[in-house]
Amino acid sequence: MNSVSFTEEKKGLKDILAFIRSELKPKGKALTPFNMISAPIILLGAVLIVIRFTMGLGSVTNLSQDYPWGLWIAFDVLIGVAFAGGAYVLTFVYYILGAEKYHSIVRVTILNGFLAYAFYSGALLLDLGRPWNALNFIIGNKFGVSSVLFMVAWHFFLYTVALLIEFSPIAAEWLGLKRARKILGSLTLGAVIFGIMLSTGHQAGVGGVFLLAKHNIHPLWYSDFIHVLFVVSSIFAGLSMVIFEGMISHRVFSNQMDHEHRSSNNDIVIGLGKVCAVVLFVYFFIKLLEFIHGKQWSLLNTPMGYWYLTEVIGFVLIPCGLFLSGTRQLNVTYIRAAAILTMAGIFINRFNVCIIAYKWYLPLSERYFPSWMEVAVTLSIICAEIWVFRWIVNRMPVFRESPEWAIEEKTQEKNITTRKEVPQWKVSAT
Amino acid sequence: MRHAEEKNVEVRWMGIDRRNFLKVIAGGIAGAVSGNILAPRTLKAEEIAPIKQFMGVLVDTTRCVGCRACEAGCAEANHLPVPDISDISVFEKKRQTSLSEWNVVNRYKTEKGEVFVKKQCMHCNQPGCVSACLVKSMEKRKEGPVTWAPNCMGCRYCMVSCPFDSPKFEYNSPAPRILKCTLCWDRLEKGEKPACVEYCPVEALTFGARRELVEEAKRRIYGGNGKYLPHIYGEHEVGGTGYLYISKVPFEQIGFRTDLGQTAYPALSKGFFWNIVLLDILIPPLLLGIHYATRREKKVKVIEGGKR
Repeated sequence: MNSVSFTEEKKGLKDILAFIRSELKPKGKALTPFNMISAPIILLGAVLIVIRFTMGLGSVTNLSQDYPWGLWIAFDVLIGVAFAGGAYVLTFVYYILGAEKYHSIVRVTILNGFLAYAFYSGALLLDLGRPWNALNFIIGNKFGVSSVLFMVAWHFFLYTVALLIEFSPIAAEWLGLKRARKILGSLTLGAVIFGIMLSTGHQAGVGGVFLLAKHNIHPLWYSDFIHVLFVVSSIFAGLSMVIFEGMISHRVFSNQMDHEHRSSNNDIVIGLGKVCAVVLFVYFFIKLLEFIHGKQWSLLNTPMGYWYLTEVIGFVLIPCGLFLSGTRQLNVTYIRAAAILTMAGIFINRFNVCIIAYKWYLPLSERYFPSWMEVAVTLSIICAEIWVFRWIVNRMPVFRESPEWAIEEKTQEKNITTRKEVPQWKVSAT
Repeated sequence: MRHAEEKNVEVRWMGIDRRNFLKVIAGGIAGAVSGNILAPRTLKAEEIAPIKQFMGVLVDTTRCVGCRACEAGCAEANHLPVPDISDISVFEKKRQTSLSEWNVVNRYKTEKGEVFVKKQCMHCNQPGCVSACLVKSMEKRKEGPVTWAPNCMGCRYCMVSCPFDSPKFEYNSPAPRILKCTLCWDRLEKGEKPACVEYCPVEALTFGARRELVEEAKRRIYGGNGKYLPHIYGEHEVGGTGYLYISKVPFEQIGFRTDLGQTAYPALSKGFFWNIVLLDILIPPLLLGIHYATRREKKVKVIEGGKR
């Protein structure tokens, strides 16, 4: 273990800064197909963002007095937050229930959750008309305590901090900061517990925001329990995202994964599939109860009714069955297909609530349809997020096991030391 | 300074200080049933009940002749482009209020002839936009108006939560504001009537304490020639609004939403708040409990394993 002696506290701030500077340089080829596509998109997005801040929201978006919320809210906030739900579900399963099985995917899920929140709060700033006032709800330039959005904003803000704390030991391991790793690691359990409280509150709040839009949302989608529907759906949305992300990562970041990560994958996917199947059914059941209770049978035989049935049957009940048969037959392909279908369902549901069933009664010419510029900005945010994700995964111990010295500190003992004794920062990850 | 002004305005409007009046009454009751434990409760009820009555406008659609003088007055008072009110072609289509027109008059062809209806912010008693705002930029003034302040962050939730689509957002400005009728808040502070009321030549608009306007509306409905429908739009809609309308034709024929219900908008999110408070209180101890319940077993195992 002498080879990891560089991690001792000898290093000064200077060394760390020099290390970070060396890490900032790109690794691997610059001209990959993904880079060739994403770089121009990010550039275009940056230009559009400048235009948006100089000329106002109207210059870039198709928002109107009838549709104050469009693609940026529906996609970046509603859908992005739902997909980030995996972080709280997995930290619950791993840290609270102590299911060791999910060890290898906890870190990447936390990272994904954190990046999602960081980038979506960034995207939210673009959508705010007066972003220089964005912190007013924190600094108390009036606390609108009776506002659902006030609750959402505080939960959102604090949860991002909690995710940062949950992620920080990974960064400390990367920098070789033993003491910091120890201190930050000791905060994890607290951050997890409050993180679960904050994120469920936040997920519910994102739906609860629409409680006040009763007159605007088609009765098939408006519900007095819309916040419950949102929080329940965030469970399977988040887990489907974890399954999907694992599918991609195993192709792209395979070189970063250790043996444990690769071998345990199918077992994990099946486990997650079981949770998804159950929660999807619960969600379907709530939808059904609420539908029967609302006595909305006559609405079903309308175009919006058919669309509603498509969503509830095609993208809730069918993926539920697919998850179920996948877990019964131990068929990972079924589960992955179900995850993709579930994610599509989340897209449809959130777009319905925010855009499609919103002022559904207006003639088509007055309806909102996102402009190409809104789509471009959204894409550039996703690309930028992937860039940052890639940068971190290629440098920090996210997929691979922690460095030896950190493992010793961990309470959960693992006897797997397949990693070669190479200093962490010399591991070249192409 | 400002406070003193507000106080003056109030006194002028209300005549009797209702709070003191109620206190006297409550005191009288308490005295009459002295020693009764109900007495403090009576006083408490007085605290909970709306103490100040606020101002509103009664719109009598049967009197409106569609001259649009209120539009011109509104534009002038609020420094907006003044419309050409002799141009009657604007009645061809139904107009919404906009950034430059906070008050518009529409014409409706009904079974009882043409009816002109003025449209603007309704100044709800318990506004959705106010309960939506997370920085209290939208504010229900105790004198009645719902106003906007520049500490707004531009999230536009007020627009989503307004059942009358009143708040309008400046999409083409780098420093956008929310604009809408303010019930001429700056004029009220000076003790003047809202401009639209001031300019109305046929007394279709009446400015006064909302409570008295309801009485006046009822007087016209039941005391007159029976031409009105027995419905005051805004008396109970979404918990009551500062603007009140009376009409001779059903309100859905003259551009009103009659499906909004009588629940005040803030009440819609009440269940949510209970859920969140419960979640926030219950989740941490529950999780901590589960965590320790599962961890203790492990610890025992480790110690046993270590000793052998």
